[in-house]
Parts: sequence; C-alpha cells; structure tokens
Amino acid sequence: MASFDVMPHIELYKPTELADALELADRLGPRGWLLGGGQDTYGWFKDRAKNAEAMIDLNGIEALHGIRETADGIEIGAATTLREIVRDPLLNERFAVLPAAAARVASPQIRNVGTLGGNLVQDTRCWYYRRGLACYRAGGNLCYADSPQGMNREHCVFGASRCVAVSPSDTATAMVALDATMVATSVDGERLIPAGRFFALPETHITRMTTLEPGEILTAVRLPARWAGKRFYFEKVADRDVWDFALVSIAAAFDLDGGNIGDARVVCGGVAAVPWRLREVERALRGRAPGADTGEAVAALATRGARPLNYNHFKLPLMENLVRRALREPA
Amino acid sequence: MNPRLSRRRFIKAVIASGAAAASKAGVAAVAQSRPAGVVERLVSLDVNGRTRRVDVMPQETLAYTLRYKLGLTGTKIGCNRGECGACTVMIDGVTNYSCSTLTHSVGTRAVLTVEGLQRPDGTLHPVQQAFIDELAPQCGFCTPGQVMSAVALLNENPRPSREEARQALSGNLCRCGAYDHYLNGVMRAAESES
Ligand SMILES: Cc1cc2nc3c(=O)[nH]c(=O)nc-3n(C[C@H](O)[C@H](O)[C@H](O)COP(=O)(O)OP(=O)(O)OC[C@H]3O[C@@H](n4cnc5c(N)ncnc54)[C@H](O)[C@@H]3O)c2cc1C
Ligand code: FES
Ligand code: FES
Repeated sequence: MASFDVMPHIELYKPTELADALELADRLGPRGWLLGGGQDTYGWFKDRAKNAEAMIDLNGIEALHGIRETADGIEIGAATTLREIVRDPLLNERFAVLPAAAARVASPQIRNVGTLGGNLVQDTRCWYYRRGLACYRAGGNLCYADSPQGMNREHCVFGASRCVAVSPSDTATAMVALDATMVATSVDGERLIPAGRFFALPETHITRMTTLEPGEILTAVRLPARWAGKRFYFEKVADRDVWDFALVSIAAAFDLDGGNIGDARVVCGGVAAVPWRLREVERALRGRAPGADTGEAVAALATRGARPLNYNHFKLPLMENLVRRALREPA
Repeated sequence: MNPRLSRRRFIKAVIASGAAAASKAGVAAVAQSRPAGVVERLVSLDVNGRTRRVDVMPQETLAYTLRYKLGLTGTKIGCNRGECGACTVMIDGVTNYSCSTLTHSVGTRAVLTVEGLQRPDGTLHPVQQAFIDELAPQCGFCTPGQVMSAVALLNENPRPSREEARQALSGNLCRCGAYDHYLNGVMRAAESES
C-alpha cells in the first residue's frame, strides 16, 4: 500500500527520567505511543493505518539501558538495542539463545537501533491488519486471513480465536525458553510478569499482543540464573535470511543431568500469536539423551493439536524438523 | 498537574510544540491543543562535520531532513520503510536507516552521509574508489547505502572476510543484483587500506 513520504503530525516527548515517561504514559493512555527504535512504529504512521497524538521516546532514559548482572541472573534494560544484545559477552556466555535470536532479527541497520522492549512488544505482521482493515484485531468483526480467499501462508496453526495472526518477535521465543521475567512499570509501581504470561492469545486480548496495560512501560527483562550456561538451540526459517519474519522458529533450552535431559523448554515462533511452548515435547524429553534418535522419537508431538489454515500446512513438518534439529545439534 | 512532573522537567521533555510553550496546564492541555499552531523547531545537527541549523517537525525523518531541507540528496529513499537500505547513513559510526530515524532523535550525535566521505581535496574514500574500480554499481540507486554500510564495516573491521562483508551489507538491497560486485569492492578497499 502507499507509503507517504512523511508521517502526519505527532507530538514528540523526549523524557530523560523514567518518572516523567511514566507520567506521560499515564496521562496519554492509549493516545500516547511509546518509542524504542521506532522500527515497528513508523510504518503504521506513514501508512495512516494507526495513529497517536504523541510519541514518548524512551531512548533518553539512562535507567532503561544496559545489561547488568544481578543476584539472580541478568537484567536487561528495555531500551537496550538488539545490536548490544548480539555483541554482549555475558549474554553470549550464559544465555546464548537470546543473542542468537536477536542476531536473526530484520537487518543490521534495524538491529542497530531496534530495542529489546520494542522487539518484544511489536505488533503482529498480518498484512490485512497492517493494511488498516477493520479486522477483529483492529476492533472489527471479521478475519480476512481466515476466509476462503484469505492468504494465510504466514498465519497461525495454534491458538486461533477469531484472529489467526502470529507473534512476529524473534526474541520473544528466547524469553519464554529462558523463563524470563518481564518488569512492567507504571505510575502505580512495578508488576512482574513471567514471559509465558506476558504474551497474549487472541482469546484473552484480541486487540493487543501482550498483557501490558495502557500506561505501563516494559522497563526490563530478567533472565534467571537457573538457565545460565545450559544447552541452547535457536533456528529461524524465513523466506530470506534478512528482513523476513520467521515462518517458523525454534528456541530451546535443555538442562542436562548426567547426559540426559531433565528440564527442557522448546518454544516455536511464527505458529501462534504467542511464543508457543511444545509442552508435550518437553515432557517426552525428560530422561532421554539428546541426539537424532530422541529427536525422531519426539518430533511428531510438536504438532499435536495443530490446526493449519488453507496455505500453511507446510508449517507442521517444519516444526517437526526444527525439533529434530534442535536435538541433533544443540549448540 | 502532577507535582512529580515539575514544569522545568516537563518543558525539557517536550519537543517541537508551540502549544507546549503557550499552555500553562501541562501535559493534558498539550495533548488537547495538538493540531493547533504546530511550530517547527530549530535544531542544530552535526552533519558531515558541519553544524547545520534546521527547522524540524516532531515526526520528521532524517532522510527527509537531509534530502529536502539540507539538500543532501546523495542519501536515497527507496522504500521509506526500513526494507531496502538505500537511505543508510551513519550516526556516531553506526549505520541507520535514515528513513526510519526521527531527526529529533539524533541530538548531538554526528551524522555522516555519502557526501561526507571524500577528502577536502576531492579524493574519494577508498570504498568509493574501489566500487568504481570494481564496476560495483549498475543503476547506482542503492550505491550510497552500500557505500555507507561498507565504510562502517571497514572502520570497525579493516580486514573482513568475504562472509563478514556479506553480513555487513546484508541490510542493503540491490535491485540490480550487483551484490558480488559490491563485495569485490569491499574486499578491494580492505586491501588498499591496509
Ligand atoms: C523491514 C522490517 C523487518 C523486520 N524483521 C523482523 C524480524 O525478522 N524479526 C523481528 O523480531 N522483528 C522484525 N522487525 C520488527 C521490529 O521493527 C524490530 O524487531 C525492532 O526490534 C522493533 O524494536 P523497536 O525498538 O524499533 O520498536 P518500536 O517501533 O520502537 O516499538 C514497537 C512497539 O513496542 C512498543 N514499545 C517499545 N518499547 C516499549 C517498552 N519499553 N515498553 C512497552 N512498549 C514498548 C511501542 O509502543 C510499539 O508499539 C522488522 C521490522 C521491519 C521494518
Ligand atoms: S528507504 Fe530507508 S530502508 Fe528503504
Ligand atoms: S545497482 Fe541498481 S539497485 Fe543496486
């Protein structure tokens, strides 16, 4: 669709204190728009598909930047860029699945400015919705993708409820695989949300991708030491290696106990509106050694209960193969 | 108005709004008076080593400012949505899509565009020269962006492998498909500089 040269008039605030940003977010509510790197933002405004009265630029707030060690793991400020995450020695040493996922986001220039917060909170890429059509997600009463003529090759195979859009974020899968805690802050204080409950299925929140409330800012994510240095695997399958969103991706964490898998997290992106945990696979892995045979034994469990649409059946063998690969060659 | 947001901090936090300065009632009033009297705001930008004073709308992109206000049309707008790389510039040495950067977010950082690469005596940057020597461009539309990504790479990693160069230029689409020629250019520039 037409992309205009400029965005319509939108106010811009550049607070330097978190308190000011929270105040602005609280006052403006849904009329305000938080700004990280803006890479998921400007397209909406240029296309006139969404609008806001004011942008609240979070980048000037020192407290939202940086990767710090804490008593129980690592805390990452929400305005930390994907570039910083990809290059961070501590993350690469302990939670390599996150930099691996961040490295597959978009393109180098987008990673240079895109923030972790923006990547996690970004909106879905269903093009009917992106185009500004009045679908369920936009408050309407129709899903264009899940209609007889709907083009739904990129859409979901799990968790549909009227809307069939998928989570576009590459880092979201890693957050769920690492049992991360999301720190949501508002003028009323701080709310800690487990990553598994941060992302929202359409059955609970059809018009947003997360459980953040208007006025709340994701200020940090916490990665628990419990998963530090475990065996990880990340792979993303997309049409092109750059720019394209995941058709299916996998983020996995294996806690090995004497050569056998104990606790495991196996999470797929691109298959549901949230990072999709393959709980049956995780359960079946317990007590088995990683390897091709185990992958073969559990792969079929990955797609149990899947409900493909007209054009996305290919996602099922893709998911199963990614599970095989995660077990064959965990990094 | 909430006392936590002092008037001074509030004013500091507002950019480019005549309404903000005129209102005495703070954030809510600003939001309400939004469409009225939008005043462009003068900022100083460091572009190619020179300080440029320019009026910038709050929602204006850097590509727009560079091309249409500063006359620096070397920076191209291809897609205007982060999908092609023709608009790539460096901000403090890091490549950015200028079509997807707010000019107001640049602040005091240094912007470098393709116009700022040649030496004062007109000698081209080694990357520019190598691209010519390797006949890298075809139509040339993507070239300024390719140049900026290549220069950023070589500043950080003067002897990249071809694969590293491929990664570094991967955010720059070339509709003519001249990728290998650009990579030849990067490798030649790396050799000539060392
Ligand atoms: C061409 C293109 C290709 C892309 N490819 C990929 C891809 O392959 N994988 C992928 O994962 N993404 C991709 N993206 C999406 C996205 O732009 C980037 O992932 C980027 O990381 C988003 O971060 P940002 O800081 O720029 O987001 P912004 O645009 O600043 O923010 C995105 C959303 O999050 C909200 N937000 C931002 N920060 C916070 C916060 N701290 N608290 C609460 N809400 C917040 C904003 O209000 C906005 O709604 C792509 C984008 C483009 C344009
Ligand atoms: S014009 Fe900026 S990326 Fe295409
Ligand atoms: S040379 Fe024509 S687009 Fe690259």
